[in-house]
Amino acid sequence: MNARAAALIAALAAAVAFPLAMQAADQLFFVGFASRVLIWAIAASSLNLVLGYGGMISFGHAAFVGTGAYVSGILIAGGVTSAWIGWPAAILASAVLALAIGAASLRTRGAYFIMITLAFAQMMYYLMNSMKAYGGDEGLSLTSRAALGFGLDLGNEVTFYYVVLAALCALLYATHRLAHARFGRVIAAIRENETRAEAIGFPVYRYKLICFVIAGAAGGLAGALLASHGKYVSPSLLHWTQSGTLMIMVILGGVGRLWGGALGAVLLLALEHLIAEHPIPWLLAIAPNYPQHANLGVGIVMLVIVLYAPQGLAGLVSRKRHA
Amino acid sequence: MSWILILEQSLNGLQFGLMLFLLAAGLTLVFGIMDMINLAHGSLYMLGAFFAATLVQATGSFALGVLLAIPATALAGMLLEVAVLRTLYARDHLSQVLATFALILIANEVVRIVWGSDLQMTMPAALSGPVQLLPGMPYPAYRLLIIGVGLAVAALLYVLVAKTRIGMLVRAGASNREMALAMGVNIQRLFTLVFGVGAALCAVAGAMLGPLFAVQVGMGESILILAFVVIVIGGIGSIRGALVGAVLVGMVDTIGRAFLPHLFGLFLPPQFASAAGPAIASVLVYLLMAVVLFVRPQGLFPARG
Repeated sequence: MNARAAALIAALAAAVAFPLAMQAADQLFFVGFASRVLIWAIAASSLNLVLGYGGMISFGHAAFVGTGAYVSGILIAGGVTSAWIGWPAAILASAVLALAIGAASLRTRGAYFIMITLAFAQMMYYLMNSMKAYGGDEGLSLTSRAALGFGLDLGNEVTFYYVVLAALCALLYATHRLAHARFGRVIAAIRENETRAEAIGFPVYRYKLICFVIAGAAGGLAGALLASHGKYVSPSLLHWTQSGTLMIMVILGGVGRLWGGALGAVLLLALEHLIAEHPIPWLLAIAPNYPQHANLGVGIVMLVIVLYAPQGLAGLVSRKRHA
Repeated sequence: MSWILILEQSLNGLQFGLMLFLLAAGLTLVFGIMDMINLAHGSLYMLGAFFAATLVQATGSFALGVLLAIPATALAGMLLEVAVLRTLYARDHLSQVLATFALILIANEVVRIVWGSDLQMTMPAALSGPVQLLPGMPYPAYRLLIIGVGLAVAALLYVLVAKTRIGMLVRAGASNREMALAMGVNIQRLFTLVFGVGAALCAVAGAMLGPLFAVQVGMGESILILAFVVIVIGGIGSIRGALVGAVLVGMVDTIGRAFLPHLFGLFLPPQFASAAGPAIASVLVYLLMAVVLFVRPQGLFPARG
């Protein structure tokens, strides 16, 4: 067994054992927190698909996460609680939205593409803000989580955690297979040299669009899970800073690496939680309000990483391994 | 009666569009010359407004405060360019987006620490009343001032870009950077200057809009995205495109919000019109952008041939 497989099994075992240990220690809060982290890991991994594998700098990924959340939330609020209807519907809606946004924005490239994805995502934010029927700017509160059937109660934090973990594993496995299939090779070729890929004869636009749609659909799944997790959907999910946060997660973890999105989500959310909930006494003595300004730290760390370690933390680790 | 309302909303649209132009002009030049995407442009707008609000209060004079805020913001912008942004020109767009996004987070928190979440900024008392523009049509004097300032700055910018040597270098840089470099233009110094001018324009917009909108943390972000829409519509690197795009976006947004719900009410059942009207109005500019993209992917006035 090589080191890679050993690390994979250890990580998986830790993830499976985590809620049982927390349950034994009577710390169920952390199970709910971990579920939220894993959902963001799904969202970040879906962005990594388009950003890292596809090389398309989409600055509007929150639109797909938010759309998935709204579709699933609206269905639950309307009495359709079955996850077997709500979640596929969320995935489908996000995929359709990604098809529309992708079809328009992939006609351009470079800075144009970044600005256009950003603008379309912000359009969805304003749209949901003005939809009074679905809560408008106050958001939509749900009375229950989605129902899975088969005797599984998603209201139970531990059950919910395992469902989210299964979804994340399924997405990462699918990403791994996709990256090593013909489709993934073509996408990598387009990322490395679009002109050359086109000259060889690949329909570049179509491949990029399919990649964009798959990522959007996976983002929709994350949104649907998020709606059930917090039993609340609000336009702030669609806000452009969410897209930026997702991007930060991917960069933090490692662009175009299978674990990049998940690693980044865990790191960023754990860091936020630590800064907000566990103030360091000596730092508190110098700057009494520093937990309220956590974003200052995130910004500085981000700037330093972009300027000095553009490959992310995963890049630092693998660079050391090669050295 | 309704014609007066339409005229009034058109003036509001023009006023908003001109302020949008001030932001978009700086942004489009930065794009055009250095191919650099700068999200922190909105932070300079916020900084300009906070400087203006503080200086107006400190000096007790609106004009003096605003006039002092402009060079202060320009200086801050040039400092930012020399300290951070300069190293980003050679990097890919992703690095630029992330670094300038990080700058937004930093700027927001620094402003929050220095000033708090928001500041009050009052318009000069002499201009707070209405002016009788036409018989039966009063219009706020302060908004007229904004339109005047916007037109004056736009004219100044036109002279600067079209008639001076510096403007010629800027245009050369925007249409072909490598060629301008080969001809011996000191692009680096030119760009610091352009960045300062862009920051000054941000300060004008932030200071003038301060009394109308709230001077608060995060104020630069929603208007920044509208400025992006303007640039996409107008074409990257083109001042003329930015002007046309900005006035178009300002008009469509303002008039859409004012009249679309009413217009829908004419031929739709009222409960549907009251729901769909505001929703469609809020996305109207983005639909405009989508249409322009499909017809002319390079924008209305592309700077590069």
